[in-house]
Amino acid sequence: MIHFVLLISRQGKVRLTKWYSPYSQKERTKVIRELSGVILNRGPKLCNFVEWRGQKVVYKRYASLYFCMCIDQEDNELEVLEIIHHFVEILDRYFGSVCELDLIFNFHKAYYILDELLIAGELQESSKKTVARLIAAQDSLVETAKEEASSISNIIAHATK
Amino acid sequence: MADLIINPFSSGTRLRDMIRSIRACKTAAEERAVVRKECAAIRAAISENDHDYRHRNLAKLMFIHMLGYPTHFGQMECLKAIASAGFPEKRIGYLGLMLLLDERQEVLMLVTNSLKQDLNHSNQYIVGIALCALGNICSAEMARDLAPEVERLFQSRDPNIRKKAALCSVRIIKKVPDLAENFMSPAAVLLKEKHHGALISGVQLCTELCKVSEEALDYLRKKRTEGVVKILKDVVNSPYQPEYDIAGITDPFLHIRLLRLLRVLGQGDADASDYMNDILAQVATKTETNKNAGNAILYECVETIMSIEDNSGLRVLAINILGRFLSNRDNNIRYVALNMLMRAIAVDAQAVQRHRATILECVKDSDASIRKRALELVYLLVNDSNVKPLTKELIDYLEVSDQDFKGDLSAKICSIVEKFSLEKIWYIDQMLKVLSEAGNFVKDDVWHALIVVISNASDLHGYTVRSLYRAFQTSGEQESLVRVTVWCIGEYGEMLVNNMGMLDKEEPITVTESDAVDVLETAIKRHTSDITTRAMTLVALLKLSSRFPSCSQRVNDIIVEHKGNFVLELQQRSIEFNNIIERHQNIRSILLERMPVLDETTYNGRKAGSLHTTAQASTGSSISLPNGDVKPTAAPLVDLLDLSSDDTPAPSSSGVDPLQDLLGVDLTSTPSLSGSSKAPVDSLLDLLSIGTTSVQNDSSKLDVLSASNSSTQSANPLDMLSSLSSSLATPVSAPGSSAPMMDLLDGLSLIAPKTDTVTFTSPGLSETNGSVYPSITAFKSSSLKMEFSFSKQPGNPQTTLIHATFSNMSSNNYTNFIFQAAVPQFVQLHLDPASSNTLPANGKGSIKQNLKVTNTQQGQKNLAMRVRIAYKVNDKDMLEQGQINNFPPGL
Repeated sequence: MIHFVLLISRQGKVRLTKWYSPYSQKERTKVIRELSGVILNRGPKLCNFVEWRGQKVVYKRYASLYFCMCIDQEDNELEVLEIIHHFVEILDRYFGSVCELDLIFNFHKAYYILDELLIAGELQESSKKTVARLIAAQDSLVETAKEEASSISNIIAHATK
Repeated sequence: MADLIINPFSSGTRLRDMIRSIRACKTAAEERAVVRKECAAIRAAISENDHDYRHRNLAKLMFIHMLGYPTHFGQMECLKAIASAGFPEKRIGYLGLMLLLDERQEVLMLVTNSLKQDLNHSNQYIVGIALCALGNICSAEMARDLAPEVERLFQSRDPNIRKKAALCSVRIIKKVPDLAENFMSPAAVLLKEKHHGALISGVQLCTELCKVSEEALDYLRKKRTEGVVKILKDVVNSPYQPEYDIAGITDPFLHIRLLRLLRVLGQGDADASDYMNDILAQVATKTETNKNAGNAILYECVETIMSIEDNSGLRVLAINILGRFLSNRDNNIRYVALNMLMRAIAVDAQAVQRHRATILECVKDSDASIRKRALELVYLLVNDSNVKPLTKELIDYLEVSDQDFKGDLSAKICSIVEKFSLEKIWYIDQMLKVLSEAGNFVKDDVWHALIVVISNASDLHGYTVRSLYRAFQTSGEQESLVRVTVWCIGEYGEMLVNNMGMLDKEEPITVTESDAVDVLETAIKRHTSDITTRAMTLVALLKLSSRFPSCSQRVNDIIVEHKGNFVLELQQRSIEFNNIIERHQNIRSILLERMPVLDETTYNGRKAGSLHTTAQASTGSSISLPNGDVKPTAAPLVDLLDLSSDDTPAPSSSGVDPLQDLLGVDLTSTPSLSGSSKAPVDSLLDLLSIGTTSVQNDSSKLDVLSASNSSTQSANPLDMLSSLSSSLATPVSAPGSSAPMMDLLDGLSLIAPKTDTVTFTSPGLSETNGSVYPSITAFKSSSLKMEFSFSKQPGNPQTTLIHATFSNMSSNNYTNFIFQAAVPQFVQLHLDPASSNTLPANGKGSIKQNLKVTNTQQGQKNLAMRVRIAYKVNDKDMLEQGQINNFPPGL
């Protein structure tokens, strides 16, 4: 299973963290610090796996961002690379050629997408189209709710309260 | 935007603006100031119970949280958002819940009710986010509370809900394995899904069920193996589906998960394994390998082939795939190949050996991950036949390897050398090489072990000290090399100078006494030397002052320099040593004699856990034992017996009494013995001879015994018995008792100390540590009672101290009371002397005796012991024996 997902920028800034195994806040900070030290310092031609505390971290760099996933010893590292790529492709489709800034200003959207991809550290959907469809449906649900809230009658109701 | 329209007078900034201002900060202090201001505003909003901005405040909090600032004050806001009615609030609320909390926080319990309601909500998306949150952070209590809701959702019409419910159940059964049976049938139904997401999730749930429940595994194996094989067949042969296609393969994720489930089903079941042979062969041969996705499938397939029941054809296929992987240029592929070869080694070591050269190359790779993997693999590949070339390769590489890899590499080399040391000289040579290259990286126990071995290799002392002297000239910066050199020069300095014990292959060197002192002076003045090294050097210097009288003054000068050392230990040593040199000339030479040979058995005993230590593996270790030096007496006997049982490779015939195995090694000096002792009484003799020699620590007895033994195969053993009885530690009461004694000894090692010969007492053994184990009545007959109480030494859980108390229930006094005990081979036993050998009648007094047992398989096997108690009543020999099986568990 995937124990956690980390997105770290080349400067070591955290862009997304998702923990599927229990780590206390303190441990989380420590994990991030340790791992970014190891991963950011690895050369470009080396393999995408780092052994770490009896587990393995699979990472891949896309532009200025490192996508990292921590898995068990017996898990399939090559497949995790594929999952990372899957995630990136979905992000790319959603944001339209995604860049780091998209993920900074719309970090919650990135989380929503990840939640449609993984649950409990396991893959839930292998179709990019399905994920995109589910996210779009939920986004429109939010939009409808917002429109209702900002409709004229609502403002009047609010003002006269 | 919308929010601003609602309340134009809001003081809060928008999320986007906050992120911008944080990003605009030039320094950490600026960033902290911005965050502090935002947090204050959010707290204010929380205390005013502001609904309109809850959504935005939570989003801000998550961002602040991600930057690493504390956000606990927002936790309750998440719960409120979840409890509100609208989808947008719930969505952000659940996101916050998963981000800001983890399963160990008690606040989480408060959300159970909201979750329950949302799981029953009519809106599928609300159900979806609730399932997602539950799957990501649920605790065991929540799992129990909400399992029925999740189970019900397997019936949902929406496949997206079914898939989420399935993965949520994976978490639930991980937390509470008891719940597994509830999910068995819904999981099996999911295997019929057409929707890939639901199918993938179903397959994962089935795999997890098999792991936690034997029952589920049985059921799925019997009923579903064919079904799973069919799904895999369909997906492998499916036509192009753009929605699921990756690099020309339809849904590699599904492939991999199906292969994983098949692995679980096939493991240990020949029938199930048979079913899947064809499809595995197809996957292994037909999968495209020019993209990562295809390789990922192959990798998983190989692992499945390796794990299921044996099919040699498939295994050849799998090993070939790994061979191809290993020669791939992509580092990722090579890494997984090494990883998999490590597992393959258990299945087919020969096939892995074929790739040895390539693997050895990987040890030298520039990529640390690959190096580490390859090194682990090489370690597993070493065997008696290839240890020399492999060690040479590794040591050669040690010279050029990265600094940060030297630690790992040298540890592995040392471990290999210790495990396979063929002869002492080879061991010493290799260790010296390692220490010269990476002496700063090895752990202390490595050089400790080396010194023990050197000390025991009496014929190599001269050679070793000269080699060390040479090595020191070139690698004087390696701490542990310096330590070993210093120690050896202190002990064997004169051999260095006189070229004593020259080996044929050695080149003579000329070292003067003052050269030897030079080495020590360099060592103590080296600024990188630590206290241990300096302290060792001081001792060595002191020793040289007696060995090399001509250098005595110079040595004294060096020692005096350290009289003012700030480190107490060094200061004390120099002052005391200075006194010895200046004022106690008369006793100096006696005081500074060579160290007695270090005891390998005790040393190895202390290194508990590591079975293959140098001393045991090296031949002839027992020969050096009876050398007249001051030796612990009775203690090694126990070790010795145990050691011998480990080491003797099952002698001559298979039907030989295990006792002989036990004894074989101790008598290495009399090789004819092991063949000759076939009669039970002979074995008894052997036993006694050991008891005698070791207890009395007299090697000549051994020779006498063994010589007579081997020469009189057919002689009446009883004659021998009587002729020997004077030298036996244990009086052999009557010839008739030898047979039962054999029973007693069967597969056991017996220790029989005699009170007056054993001078060894164990200080501190009798101290009580508040025994946690209840006392037992270990043995009771009409005439005798023996009680055991137990205590443990702190820091040594395997060892138990047993305090035995004997009391006499009859009306006659017992004399010549002797207690003997025997234990299985996995236990080591040491008997302390008894408090007395007479036991007064009617329970008016007692004999106390301490036993020390070390259970090397503590936790797996319980202690057992056979006992034999001999005594005299009115000059008549009595013998009682029994077996003790009622030891408290866990000793």
